[in-house]
Amino acid sequence: MSEHKLTQLKALEAESIHIIREVVAEFRNPVMLYSVGKDSSVLLHLARKAFYPAPLPFSLLHVDTGFKFKEMYEFRDNYCKEIGADLIVRRNEDAIAKGMNPKDHGVARCCGALKTQGLLDALEEGGYDAAFGGARRDEERSRAKERVFSMRDEFGQWDPKNQRPELWSIYNGRIHEGESVRVFPISNWTEMDIWLYIKEEGIPIVPLYFAKERPMIERGEMLIPYYEENKDQLLEGEEPKMIMSRFRTLGCSPCTGAVRSSAVNMTEIVAEAAAARRSERETRIIDHGANSMEDKKKEGYF
Amino acid sequence: MTELNLELTKEIELLRLVTVGSVDDGKSTLIGRLLVDTKGAFEDQLLAVRKKKGETKIASAAEIDLAMLTDGLSAEREQGITIDVAYRYFATPKRKFIMADCPGHEQYTRNMVTGASTASAAIILIDARNGVMPQTKRHTHILSLLGMPHLIVAINKMDMVDHDQATFERIRQDITDYCAMQGIKDLICIPMSALNGDMVAVRGENMPWYDGPTLLETFESLPVLGQLDEQAFRFPVQLVNRPQTADLPDYRGFMGTIASGTVKVGDKVMVLPTGKSSTVKEIVMFDGNLDEAFAPQSVTITLTDEIDISRGDMLVRGDSMLEPQKEITANVCWIGDEPLEPRKKYWMKHTTNTLKAMVTDIDFKTDIHSLEHEQSDQLAMNEIGQIQLKLLKPIYADTYANNRATGSFILIDGFTNNTVGAGMII
Ligand SMILES: Nc1nc2c(ncn2[C@@H]2O[C@H](COP(=O)(O)OP(=O)(O)O)[C@@H](O)[C@H]2O)c(=O)[nH]1
Ligand SMILES: [Mg+2]
Repeated sequence: MSEHKLTQLKALEAESIHIIREVVAEFRNPVMLYSVGKDSSVLLHLARKAFYPAPLPFSLLHVDTGFKFKEMYEFRDNYCKEIGADLIVRRNEDAIAKGMNPKDHGVARCCGALKTQGLLDALEEGGYDAAFGGARRDEERSRAKERVFSMRDEFGQWDPKNQRPELWSIYNGRIHEGESVRVFPISNWTEMDIWLYIKEEGIPIVPLYFAKERPMIERGEMLIPYYEENKDQLLEGEEPKMIMSRFRTLGCSPCTGAVRSSAVNMTEIVAEAAAARRSERETRIIDHGANSMEDKKKEGYF
Repeated sequence: MTELNLELTKEIELLRLVTVGSVDDGKSTLIGRLLVDTKGAFEDQLLAVRKKKGETKIASAAEIDLAMLTDGLSAEREQGITIDVAYRYFATPKRKFIMADCPGHEQYTRNMVTGASTASAAIILIDARNGVMPQTKRHTHILSLLGMPHLIVAINKMDMVDHDQATFERIRQDITDYCAMQGIKDLICIPMSALNGDMVAVRGENMPWYDGPTLLETFESLPVLGQLDEQAFRFPVQLVNRPQTADLPDYRGFMGTIASGTVKVGDKVMVLPTGKSSTVKEIVMFDGNLDEAFAPQSVTITLTDEIDISRGDMLVRGDSMLEPQKEITANVCWIGDEPLEPRKKYWMKHTTNTLKAMVTDIDFKTDIHSLEHEQSDQLAMNEIGQIQLKLLKPIYADTYANNRATGSFILIDGFTNNTVGAGMII
């Protein structure tokens, strides 16, 4: 008699693949949101595993703000080509043409226009009834409350006080015309799981996650990456400096902080993640403020 | 962290837990405590819930509002209650835990069922000052129906009753009696102060009379059951993989999550409902084919024969067959706003199958205090009972007691599309 058990990472992997397949079985037109970050990279890898040896049965959608790091664009285009994924890139061109930026318009307005509105427009344009996202419950306290299948009304809005019960691993995919779901297959993964899995599976990630001497602006406790193109984002008296640093999470370059680090490979990153005393969201300017994530989610953000 | 620890981290097992109990018994506080004591919460998350605003350092857990760590919605913080389940994560060197913090209010019972349905151990909190409350009973009864493998009773707020052993023993007796009425025997009871941390991760000095394990020790020692070769193999097909590419023109793989048991290449399998037989040719995985797979792995299976199989079908082994059932008896936990009534029709989702089902009878409704069966012509929200369902087409199911995955189903309201019932086949 032998007993078979899965390690926790393999158990998480199996759960995620189950969810991804369920969505493809039950929805007419799913799409996978791809933000180029580490969570997206894991999600995409799981999706490839789920349908192997067939190609991905859905497209990837990148809602671009125009403010992403150039290393992210390079990585995105190369990697999608390499794995043969169908990549759709959408931007809120109106807002970009009007010069929307976080310095002049404030972070909340900029995010609202470029990310939330950009996403809602792209989802509507594509007529998607399900959109996979790489959000994790351990990231933030309102996300800790969200279902794996997160129902959205015609306006893409989340109603946290009225979520559908979600029993066992039986997911209810029935929706009305016009409604949609956001599906979070890696809900139960922690930051540590993500790093461990990337290491175990050898998943390619944007080089910005590895430490290197980089030009940075020190703003309070934050390290903000400096780029020639963005020099108008400099505040009075700020000067870029070369600092050994890396990113724990990747977003828009003016709004994502780096951390001081010497971790140049996955083993060192995992060790750093294990020792970290501060959450990765701390380096995201958008999350600061009492309810900011919950409010944004209610409006339709991920 | 050394490479050695890293290897350990890779091998650890996953245990899913849930906290239940009446309002204010300390569920959210307990999880906050566990997060703080196992370092499952980050400093900036702790600073965000400190009691005195403006502090930039936290010297002791007393300075933070522990419940606020899990009550993540603005409405919850405004009202000081838990409305929906929060999932939080923590780990010890031995295990990773997923903890679902459930609301205690009766009106949010459906969210409690959500949190409990995936857990393999539950912590029932009881306020030592109040003892066993109606919600404690309701939750315990639901846990019993859900077949929760491990029940841990945490008699909390012992600091409010002078850490009195007699109080602990009295409540332990009450809850043990209530559980015995429904056949639950192996209860683990722990006296505790979630607020101060006594008997959570550390023993503390206030209850020397208790010599059992702390809560965290209990979490680490609960058996995580694996799959045995003898267990019935159940493989509900989720999707058929047909790449139809140049290199794989005729490939047909059956994708799904193994619901129970194990399967090997060369095993004779049977397809339900058609009854056709074949042999497992390959167990396909992205990282290389397997010789053997087991629950809960998500795999793709190919067969030696070309037979017609689609979503909703199930592969089983010939030695553990299932009979078709067009009429079923089930326990249900009703979570819909509109009551369940005979003659009403619902969508039923059972494994990967969705079909129409009609309620033909309500056998009884259970009184949560006496556990006695009452006649009833409906089940209102949060009520529990036994019903008869007639199905539009037959399903292949185990009893819930034998198999959680193939013995469970949900009922969906055809008009609102909401999930309205949690069903367990008898
Ligand atoms: N004295 C004392 N108070 C506690 C203890 N655990 C929780 N509380 C308090 O009880 C109240 C309700 O706790 P909460 O965790 O929100 O309960 P929940 O409704 O079960 O989640 C809060 O004011 C807590 O500070 C304890 O062990 N001792
Ligand atoms: Mg609570």
